Parts: sequence; C-alpha cells; structure tokens
Amino acid sequence: MSSKADWPLWEVFVRAKRGVSHVHAGTVHAPDAELALQNARDLFTRRSEGVSLWVVKSNDITASDPDDSEALFEPAGDKSFRHPTDFELPDEVANM
Amino acid sequence: MKPLLTYTLRQGDRALILAQRLLEAITHAPEIEEDMALSNLALDLIGQARALYTYAGEIEGPVDGATRDENHYAYWRDQHDFLNPLMVEQPNGDFAQIIVRQFLHDAFAFPYWRVMQHSTDETLAAIAAKSVKETAYHLRHSRSWLVRLGDGTDESHRRAQSAVDQLWRFTGELFEHDDVETTLVGTSVAFDPDELHETWRHSVAEALGEATLEMPDDGVMQTGGRSGHHSESFSRLIGEMQVLARAHPGASW
Repeated sequence: MSSKADWPLWEVFVRAKRGVSHVHAGTVHAPDAELALQNARDLFTRRSEGVSLWVVKSNDITASDPDDSEALFEPAGDKSFRHPTDFELPDEVANM
Repeated sequence: MKPLLTYTLRQGDRALILAQRLLEAITHAPEIEEDMALSNLALDLIGQARALYTYAGEIEGPVDGATRDENHYAYWRDQHDFLNPLMVEQPNGDFAQIIVRQFLHDAFAFPYWRVMQHSTDETLAAIAAKSVKETAYHLRHSRSWLVRLGDGTDESHRRAQSAVDQLWRFTGELFEHDDVETTLVGTSVAFDPDELHETWRHSVAEALGEATLEMPDDGVMQTGGRSGHHSESFSRLIGEMQVLARAHPGASW
C-alpha cells in the first residue's frame, strides 16, 4: 500500500457551463480512463466548477516543440489585419 | 429510547464511523488522487452524519434544558452508545480491505437511500434525497476498484478475495431487523430490510462476478454493533475521534 503506483498521467479538461469550450485544468494519475474521470471529478469539480469532463492520456498529446516557436508563431505578429480589433463587441455577447 | 431516535442514530453512526476509518487511510492510498477520492467519500459521510445527528437532537428533545447537537452525538457519547453495524468499524488493513468494506457498504447504502426518499418521515426523506446522489458516486468508485483489484494481478485478486472472505460475516447485520425497524416499517418511515437484502445480493453478485471473485456462503453472521456491542479495535477508533473534543471542550477554529 505504501509503494508508489505506476499509473499513467492524464490531462483533464473541464467545461464550466453549457456553451463554452472545455478548458485544460490540470493532470491526474490513474490506472485507466474510467478512474481518471473519477479522480478528475474529485480534484477539479468538487466546488461545482464544471458540467462536463474530458480526460486524455498525456502521452497521446502531440505538442509543438518550443524550439519551433519562431517559425510557428512569430510570422503572425505583424499581420494585424488578421485580428478583428476594429469590431466593437456588443455587451450582450458573453464568453468571448 | 424512542424507536425513531435509535433508528436515526444507527444511520448517523454508520456514516460517521465509516468516515473515521476512511480518514485513517489518508496518505496511505496508492496515489494522492486516491487519497482525495477516499477523503471526499469521508466528507460526504460526515455530512450525512451531521444531518442525522441534528435530527436526532430534535427527536430526543431538550435534555437538561438544551437540545443536543451533532457534536454531542459524535464526541460525548461512550462507545457502547454507538449503534453502527460492525462492518463499518472493521480496521483498514490493506487497500483491498478498504475497498471491499466500502463496496459492501455502498451496495447497501445506495438502494437504502434510494428507497428512503419515500419515507413518510419528511426529514429522513430529505436527507435521503441528498445522500442518494452522493452514495451513487461512492458505489461507482468502490465498485470500479473492486473490479480492478479482483480482475487485476494475481496478488490483487488474492488480497481482494481474502478481504471479501473476511468481511462477509459482517454483511448480515446491515439487514438485521429488531423491534425498532418493525415499528418504523409499520408506519412506512422505514422499509423492509429483507427486500433491500435481495437488491444488495443481486448487485454484489454481479460485481463480484465481474471482478472474478467468489461470493462466500452465508455462514454465522457477526452482529451486535447496532445494540452497542463493538469489536476490540473500536475503543481505539473512538478514543482517537474524541480525544481533541474531550481534551479541549468547546474548542473552535
């Protein structure tokens, strides 16, 4: 009971309410997907933070390489026409 | 003691004593996530005990001019005043024993609270409505683990089977009925424990089958907890639970 279990890591995504996207909340250890969901429920939604949970094995996520960030992200920096900055958002629009 | 008071204390004590055992297990679970899960179960059970003890105070009425509160029932009764079934006071042992004890209890508690929502006693029905949702989750969690331990490695299977065999003799008491139950069943405050036993047996058999574990035969059942006769380790549990309140009466955060 004292030995450290060799459980994989799972990424947890929580949807706070209907109509918004799932947002990454953190990680849990669990032996399989069903228990990962239960552990995520206990850790991330115990204060009514969510209405839906996703768990994904951390190993199944393909991440961009930090060394590639110049090539991937910087070219967008000087293309301000891609940003909808000239639109005024009506007050009625929430969750943007 | 009024039958309704005895009945309410039995349920409150069942919840509190199981919570106390779960709290002893914190930092001993296989991973910190499971520590969280077990402590969440314990907190739900303490919440149920608080509601039941508050109601017990109302039923008992003023004693020496004051209504007894939840702390009175938890901290100021002696061990023979506790009326929990022996199952929930069984020592933790290994993780398999914690899970099997929890599962055998939850498989009882979930259908118990589900039917108690229809109690003619409005307070018990309201407590049941809240508790049934919590207990549905408890059962899901303990059942998930039971299946994984039973149908896991040779070692986990062996430990799970051994826990089932050891704890089986405490299952009968969960469905025992004496004059208290008979009186309350008569007015539909409570419901027939025999029917509940059938429901329990069915769901336990299904889960044990999935877990590739053998269901033991019903041998001699150990009883007495619900009349205040407890096992040896119980006095230590009570001592640890009550020491702070008794050493510092009226202490607060």
